[in-house]
Amino acid sequence: MSESISKETVVKVSRLARLSLTPEQAEKMTSQLAGMLEHFRDIDALDLSDVEPMTQPYPLKNVMREDVEAESLDRQEVLDQAPAAESGRFRVPPTIGFDV
Amino acid sequence: MHKLVEIVAGITSGSTTATAVVEEHLARIKAREGEIHAFNLVTAEQARKDAAKIDEDVKAGKVVGALAGVPIALKDNMCTRGVETTCSSKILQGWKPPYDATVVTKLRNAGAVIVGKTNLDEFAMGSSTENSAFGPTKNPLDISRVPGGSSGGSAAAVSAGFVAASLGSDTGGSIRQPAALCGVVGVKPTYGTVSRYGLVAFASSLDQVGPFTSDVRDAATLLEVISGHDPMDSTSIPQPAASLVSVLDQGVKGMRIGRVTDLPEGCEPDVLERLEAAFDAMRNAGATIVDVKLPSLQYCLTAYYLIAPAEASSNLARYDGVRYGNRVDSADLNAMYAATRESGFGEEVKRRIMLGTYALSAGYFDAYYGKALKVRRLISDDFARAYQDVDVILTPTSPSTAFKFGSKTDNPLAMYLCDVFTIPTNLAGHPAMSVPFGVGSDSMPIGIQVLATTMGEQTMFKVAAELERAS
Repeated sequence: MSESISKETVVKVSRLARLSLTPEQAEKMTSQLAGMLEHFRDIDALDLSDVEPMTQPYPLKNVMREDVEAESLDRQEVLDQAPAAESGRFRVPPTIGFDV
Repeated sequence: MHKLVEIVAGITSGSTTATAVVEEHLARIKAREGEIHAFNLVTAEQARKDAAKIDEDVKAGKVVGALAGVPIALKDNMCTRGVETTCSSKILQGWKPPYDATVVTKLRNAGAVIVGKTNLDEFAMGSSTENSAFGPTKNPLDISRVPGGSSGGSAAAVSAGFVAASLGSDTGGSIRQPAALCGVVGVKPTYGTVSRYGLVAFASSLDQVGPFTSDVRDAATLLEVISGHDPMDSTSIPQPAASLVSVLDQGVKGMRIGRVTDLPEGCEPDVLERLEAAFDAMRNAGATIVDVKLPSLQYCLTAYYLIAPAEASSNLARYDGVRYGNRVDSADLNAMYAATRESGFGEEVKRRIMLGTYALSAGYFDAYYGKALKVRRLISDDFARAYQDVDVILTPTSPSTAFKFGSKTDNPLAMYLCDVFTIPTNLAGHPAMSVPFGVGSDSMPIGIQVLATTMGEQTMFKVAAELERAS
């Protein structure tokens, strides 16, 4: 695994993460991530073929509750904290008609 | 008067008032907060009102809570209804949550007086508070040094006597490491014992809320109040809070205390000396010291710095300039997302989002995130084997005492190494706490970490109390 990371990969990942990095930031990020990934190679030596992945520390499963009516957050109080709201809804810039 | 239990006793017995206590603490804040910067926000007026209400209740002979009149500070990543909650990030600056975190509700119900919101590394990512968008917190014991992090403001607030206690959150050591560096007690409880509802998520399988206090008894008292099942947190363990204060005087006679023989290297000699002194103290108190091996511990940084950023990259996707926080206006939605996140997040947060997104992305998932989850299992299995032979394990909390500002900011990996002794606990989901145990050659405090297995808080607190008696 763990080949060194390229600047092109960093730029692609930044798009996936919705972060717009300047060329200088991408350069710096590439070298910092490469340094970390280099350190992370220590686990390459481990034989993990028979090890079960651990996703959570306490094995709770299918946590359910009764479906009962309860008070929810106040809509106006929530919308008051949004950057833009209108007619009881969040307002966002145009979502279609632009390159994604 | 600093101690939580003494404050409650004084107020309920009538020898002092909640108003006098809160004024005393606000005066200390006024005197030193300018140089320390423990707080992002001090809610002095509300604190005075809450204290006055406690005094009325006491006067009227009403039953008051276990924390009646205790001035408490909250790490600024815990939601407080109508009160600004920023995570020390520009992206959330000005946000007033529409609800209280469960721990906040529990504190209020117990009569605590919330004094303010404390500074942290942005979104709890860091070990020094130098990643706060609002400037670092200074260590009250030497302001040229960091208080640790990420809950550095909460640790400093207790250390400076601004509050009797505070809450922090611990994802890889963010309560225990600053507690050690500021000379106070800090506890990371078993994952699932304290509700995470209303704690702004960093890495959901690792995050846990816990207390900072000036001694072990106060920590036990506060942890009893905030623990317990919460239906609002689906990872909350469906069991009642453990009784902790009742076990503090039981001692450690006959207990088996683990000494890790393959501890990761890089620890300062005076820290290791204090660790040996801690083993001596336990032996003198009637415990047996047993050598244990945790061979996978050396891989904990790799596992943690893949898992935590992976979870963070997912959790922080919600800061998109739509529902809360700040927005940078742009012509279309995708440009708005990118511009908002670019301007709102600091460098370390971006670095971790990038690392996490990379580790989860197609083609790299199995090589990084998948492997890290397996290493997490190995670490957990190592602990399980060790706890067949011992009741608790003692390690240093931090490899060094509080370091100087700027000494690690240019090298992310050097900063990450601060957490080498605290991270394994989070990966395993176990409880651990830091207890002050002497000072180093620089006169700065050294913390000893007591680790126990899942739900092992009672045993952990018995040992912590014994350490405190011996310090």
